[in-house]
Amino acid sequence: MVSASGGANAVGAKVVRVVPNPAGKAPSEETSVRFRISNLNFFYGPKQAVFDVNLNIPTGKITALIGPSGCGKSTFLRTLNRMNDTIRNSHWTGSILLDDQDITKIDVVGLRRRVGMVFQRPNPFPKSVYDNVAYGLRVNGHQGRLSDLVEHSLRRAALWDEVKDHLHKSALALSGGQQQRLCIARALAVDPEVLLLDEPCSALDPVSTAKIEELMFQLKDGCTMVIVTHNMQQAARASEFTAFMLEGRLIEHSETSRLFTTPRDPRTEAYITGRFG
Amino acid sequence: MERHWEHDLEELKQRLLWMGSLAERAVHQSVQALLDADENVAETVLNEEDAINEMQIEIDERVQRLLALQAPMAADLRFLLSVSRINGDLERIGDQAVNIAQSAMRVMRHPQVKPYVDLPRMSELAEGMVRDSLNALVRGDQDLAQSVMQRDDQVDRLRDQLFRELLTYMMENSAVVFAAFELILVAKNLERIGDHAVNIAEDVIYFIAGRDVRHPALDRR
Repeated sequence: MVSASGGANAVGAKVVRVVPNPAGKAPSEETSVRFRISNLNFFYGPKQAVFDVNLNIPTGKITALIGPSGCGKSTFLRTLNRMNDTIRNSHWTGSILLDDQDITKIDVVGLRRRVGMVFQRPNPFPKSVYDNVAYGLRVNGHQGRLSDLVEHSLRRAALWDEVKDHLHKSALALSGGQQQRLCIARALAVDPEVLLLDEPCSALDPVSTAKIEELMFQLKDGCTMVIVTHNMQQAARASEFTAFMLEGRLIEHSETSRLFTTPRDPRTEAYITGRFG
Repeated sequence: MERHWEHDLEELKQRLLWMGSLAERAVHQSVQALLDADENVAETVLNEEDAINEMQIEIDERVQRLLALQAPMAADLRFLLSVSRINGDLERIGDQAVNIAQSAMRVMRHPQVKPYVDLPRMSELAEGMVRDSLNALVRGDQDLAQSVMQRDDQVDRLRDQLFRELLTYMMENSAVVFAAFELILVAKNLERIGDHAVNIAEDVIYFIAGRDVRHPALDRR
């Protein structure tokens, strides 16, 4: 028998108060999973960069990928929307399922619409703010009032108020932080299910970084996110799940709060405490 | 790779252990003052209270600085959180020792109520618990910390036994009420010292293993 306050019940039996355990666990089968990655191996020609990675990316959550330079984080990330297909002589083995669909069986353009990407350096098109956001919509043959959708995307990216009076100004005239939010708006315009962010704040100042992180929190319910970051404090602040990679292998994956307080693997402990990396 | 602030962590541990030794000594001396009816020793305990209190502030400042500047994770974070809690428990142990010393000074003005048998045993147990909880921290020894927690029942039983005995003395002879009451307070102080040692042991286990073993009755599902 459980009560809210504990003590003894009417027959003197010990009553225990059930306390939710925030101690953390990896996404389980009960958690909705957006990406299921199984036995992923990635090769740049003869050189293997990712070794036998198995990982579930939970829906509607932010998952951070951390690890030292060259550990395969970005390679892994780019595999999720087949951006690596553009690299000559690269190939991968294993299985990647997006909502239980094999990504190799989905039209790659359609895949990249569903799984958008934001890169380390902001890369707006040399067009106006408006046209940057509208581009994807036009290319996808969107029906409906374009301006409304552009405004909606810019609002979702927390940029509307700053650019609403300058929509036809060149995107290249925006600050770095604004450009990055514009890139996010551009990706959001086609309503992706997943957003992949490859060190999205590494070129930004702390204020812009904070805005991007806050934006991620606001977006995550409607858009699963995977972020590669070198900044462990950012991973700790901004994500709900964290995966640590080392030398192409997935070492540990858990709820962020648990990984950063009681990591299971000594290599994870050594990395996040700064003893190497 | 050695981090530049490793030295700060080690120094913090040493300061905490030093504070622990001061608290342990205070407890030992306060009980000796009572057993030997030695007012000078009791005064020493009162005079050295400030040193323990100053260390509490110093240690808290060190912890705060490290948390703010180094953004510690994992074992480092757990260590700093544990140090902060242990710091508070050691300061309270120091307070309990002062209370015992003050009781000793009051009791020694009255005839001894009874031979001191249980109080020295309680004191030895409580001091041992404090010492071992800090040794567990130094050695990273979860088993030793666990053994501290298991000894608390013995201390509690001795307190109850002493209370019953002294109550009997008080009921039989009203002239001993004042002194007996002070001895009951001393027993209570020693029981509280045992509780603080248990708190320290729990914090040590949290630091070593990341397990929160406080309040075992709670169902953590």
